[in-house]
Amino acid sequence: MTLLATLRQRLFRWQSDGTASTRLGQRRVFILPTRAGLLFAGALAVMLIGAINYTLALGHALVFLLVGIGVNGMVHTFRNLHGLVITPGRCEPVFAGETAHFPLRLGNERDDPRLALELEALSPPSPPTPLPSRRSVLERIVSLTSKKVGVLAAKPTRVDIQGGSTALASLPLPAQQRGWLVLPRVRLWTRYPLGFFRAWSYLQPEMRCLVYPAPLDSPLPPASPTLLGGECGSEGGDEDFAGFRPRQAADSPRHVAWKASARAPFQPLQVKQFAGGAEVELRLDWVLTDPALPFETRLSILTGWVLAADALGARYALRLPGDDIAAGAGERHRCRCLEALALAVP
Amino acid sequence: MSTPASEALDHQATPWLLLAALAAVLPHFAHLPLWLSAFVVLLFTWSGWLWQRDLRLPRRWLLTLVVIGGCAAVLYEFRTLFGRDAGVAVLVMLMSLKLLELKSRRDALVVVILCYFLLLTHYFYSQSIATGLWLLAALWLVTATLIRIHGGAAATVRGTLRHAAVLSVQALPLMLALFLLFPRIPGPLWGLPRDAHAGLTGLSETMTPGSIANLAQSGEIAFRVFFDGESPPPGRLYWRGPVLENFDGQTWHPRPQVFSGRGPRPQLRFESQPVSYQMTLEGHNQRWLLALDAPSVLPDDVILSSTLTANSRQPIIDRQRYRFSSVLDYRFNIEERAPVLQRNLTLPPASNPRAVELAHRWQSEGNGPEALVNKALGLFASEFFYTLQPPLLGENSIDDFLFTTRRGFCEHYAAAFVTLMRAAGVPARVVTGYQGGEKNPVDGYIVVRQSDAHAWAEVWLAERGWVRVDPTAAVSPTRIETGIATALPEGEPLPVLLRAQTDWLRPLRYRWEALNNAWNQQVLGFDRERQRDLMARFGLPDADWRNLAAALGVATAILFAISLIWAMRQQRRLDPAARLWQRALRRLTRKRIHCASWETPLALAARVAEERPELAAPVSRVVASYLLARYGRGGDLKPLRAAVARLP
Repeated sequence: MTLLATLRQRLFRWQSDGTASTRLGQRRVFILPTRAGLLFAGALAVMLIGAINYTLALGHALVFLLVGIGVNGMVHTFRNLHGLVITPGRCEPVFAGETAHFPLRLGNERDDPRLALELEALSPPSPPTPLPSRRSVLERIVSLTSKKVGVLAAKPTRVDIQGGSTALASLPLPAQQRGWLVLPRVRLWTRYPLGFFRAWSYLQPEMRCLVYPAPLDSPLPPASPTLLGGECGSEGGDEDFAGFRPRQAADSPRHVAWKASARAPFQPLQVKQFAGGAEVELRLDWVLTDPALPFETRLSILTGWVLAADALGARYALRLPGDDIAAGAGERHRCRCLEALALAVP
Repeated sequence: MSTPASEALDHQATPWLLLAALAAVLPHFAHLPLWLSAFVVLLFTWSGWLWQRDLRLPRRWLLTLVVIGGCAAVLYEFRTLFGRDAGVAVLVMLMSLKLLELKSRRDALVVVILCYFLLLTHYFYSQSIATGLWLLAALWLVTATLIRIHGGAAATVRGTLRHAAVLSVQALPLMLALFLLFPRIPGPLWGLPRDAHAGLTGLSETMTPGSIANLAQSGEIAFRVFFDGESPPPGRLYWRGPVLENFDGQTWHPRPQVFSGRGPRPQLRFESQPVSYQMTLEGHNQRWLLALDAPSVLPDDVILSSTLTANSRQPIIDRQRYRFSSVLDYRFNIEERAPVLQRNLTLPPASNPRAVELAHRWQSEGNGPEALVNKALGLFASEFFYTLQPPLLGENSIDDFLFTTRRGFCEHYAAAFVTLMRAAGVPARVVTGYQGGEKNPVDGYIVVRQSDAHAWAEVWLAERGWVRVDPTAAVSPTRIETGIATALPEGEPLPVLLRAQTDWLRPLRYRWEALNNAWNQQVLGFDRERQRDLMARFGLPDADWRNLAAALGVATAILFAISLIWAMRQQRRLDPAARLWQRALRRLTRKRIHCASWETPLALAARVAEERPELAAPVSRVVASYLLARYGRGGDLKPLRAAVARLP
């Protein structure tokens, strides 16, 4: 297997591209005829036989011109990828179950446009199953170059870059598990201009996306009075209705004041606001979740609490096994808590 | 790797496909049956309408029905689905129908490849310069369509057309290399369909009154001749075709198996210096070659028949080149075998009694053979008319012609003359071929047209052998000396280009025909021989296909390397302001001021002001105008250019 891995490395240059920009050199661009190309070649062969049979001098010329166009099309297809500059971008965290987007900036330094570039993330190759029979190394290489190199993880993304400009390609990848979602090998390919050849290159930019646990809605734990600061002693302060404010995207639908909203039909939905929320301090503790539930579910419940607490504008602390985050509020605090949840180890 | 090509086709690609298909089909309308042309136009309109309304494409069963119906109609029209014409008809129909099935990129690809295929089929019908140019334009459009299919909506019309032009132009060197070096295989590889060479015109194997007159209406070129030295005068140019010895009262026929080359070899005695020439013969689907009378040196593979006609082994179906030598003064078969003489005295019994009677009367007056010949010629010279539109003749055609109508074309005179001679006991026969020719002053080729088709007679005289007698010359000497156009009276139906009075057109026509001849000789006539000549010129005499393949390999490798170098060259074009800035930096380098890569223009200006105060003013001027040009509004380059110029 090590031999195979080395071969792969050598053949396809799968080594990581890191985080810096990469320019595609000729050693990284591969090219093979497509099925359409083979059809075209077959048609040319038939046309040549016809031209010979009927002694058509111009028929010869036409066939040869088409051969020239085909070969030249190959060069143009190669050129469509060659010299492309790829810069990895930063990906925004997502919740498990959503789609992560990996932005790649593609730069075209030439004056003529590069059209119809397609990118697709390949899910990592499944662990090799023991081969039933002894196959030659050559066969293995052949099978590597064929379609079984990686399974398509999502629909390919198409990018067109005008001359002397850049374009952003966003590679979607389903985020199924919390934690780091590493961008697998990316295949960048094109068939432009004639479609008779397909040039491709493998990229492995070092990109990862943080996937938070999928939030689970459940009632927030009561604010524990013992943990509240002395300056804020009123019990159940967060339950005191204080008024309405327009709904924001992060607000849970459960907090929408449906009756109040119905009275003002052309206004944004109203959300109930509770007095003293900012002063309340919640303690979102691992031990408050049902110990009978699986680990991941408990993390999901905690994630739901973090989101709910943040929506309320409350101060909250998070305690996980092996991690303790002091009480806080706001965007950065929320991100920190969610990150801790995403990376929590049982 | 197999992302299906069946990705949906974007809506705006359809008009491209329609236009490309139209360009590929259009010239075929000239020879397709009318109903098929109408059907194709209908299908195109249908497809365009569906596209414009964005309607659903017809269902598959409907298209299947249309295909079956169309094929049945083609079968009914041509009696076959294969062969040249029927094949083209089916191809045109299928492509038009595919336009109603444009769902995916793969469908579009099929249309494009069919378009390429259809472009080839035009050459079955014409390989003229005009066809070549039209097809080049069509090829461009079809290639642009292919690019548009893959470029998608992001491709602009201009950009797509430009890309297709670039691709095609870059393909030209490889095309040229392949055209010159690809080992040429003489076709056909297998038997051609019967209609492969339909519509080739030329002399027919038999002669009836009117058959050559029909041919004379055609201005088409029969062959071209290039003499190595001075060309003989047109009056002596008799291009010998088939010799007709059998007469059934209406039609003259050659002897069967006369082309086989069997039989006694002709005995020739030459009495002047040979002239050598190259003949480029258009395909006429017959075996005779029309060598100048009488041929002395023949190319290989050409047989001289016992009647002195040069024959090829195969019918000539396309343009061919031959080298001949001929001697214009000769004696032919002074010793002729008795059966041949007997055969050339035979007339159908009980036909043309008045002609026979006239000949007998001449004979009984005691005239020798030569005197008989002169008598007949004298008769024609006195009261006969030369015309392309003779009156119709009855059953005894020779009698009618000689005694009633007295108007006719060369075949009438030849036939009447031979009949008279045979009746008078002089062996005689009809020779058909071409006479004369017109020299093109532009390229020096002598052009012989179908309108130069001619028939004359040959009589056998003791001690002299077979002697050519041209009765037409007696009626209309100008026909022989200057050609048909001046010989015919006003109002005769001749092709416009042949008319004597269209003088202002003549130089134009000469040029056009010289151009066509060059095209025929150099491009269309590029065959194995020419290929060998070319290789010999590059120092590779006797090149066989292995040498050619090696040369082709080298040429292809070089061309491919050049295009790869082109592909990998990165044009990193700086904008004009940056270019001027670079120029300013180069100037400063000469003053030993080096700008570090991390140094901004302002930092550089500050450093210069500190280190080299004498340069501070010009440098800061450059920096200020550069920043303004680069980042300011308007981006005016003039101040920057002036500031750079003023750097010391």
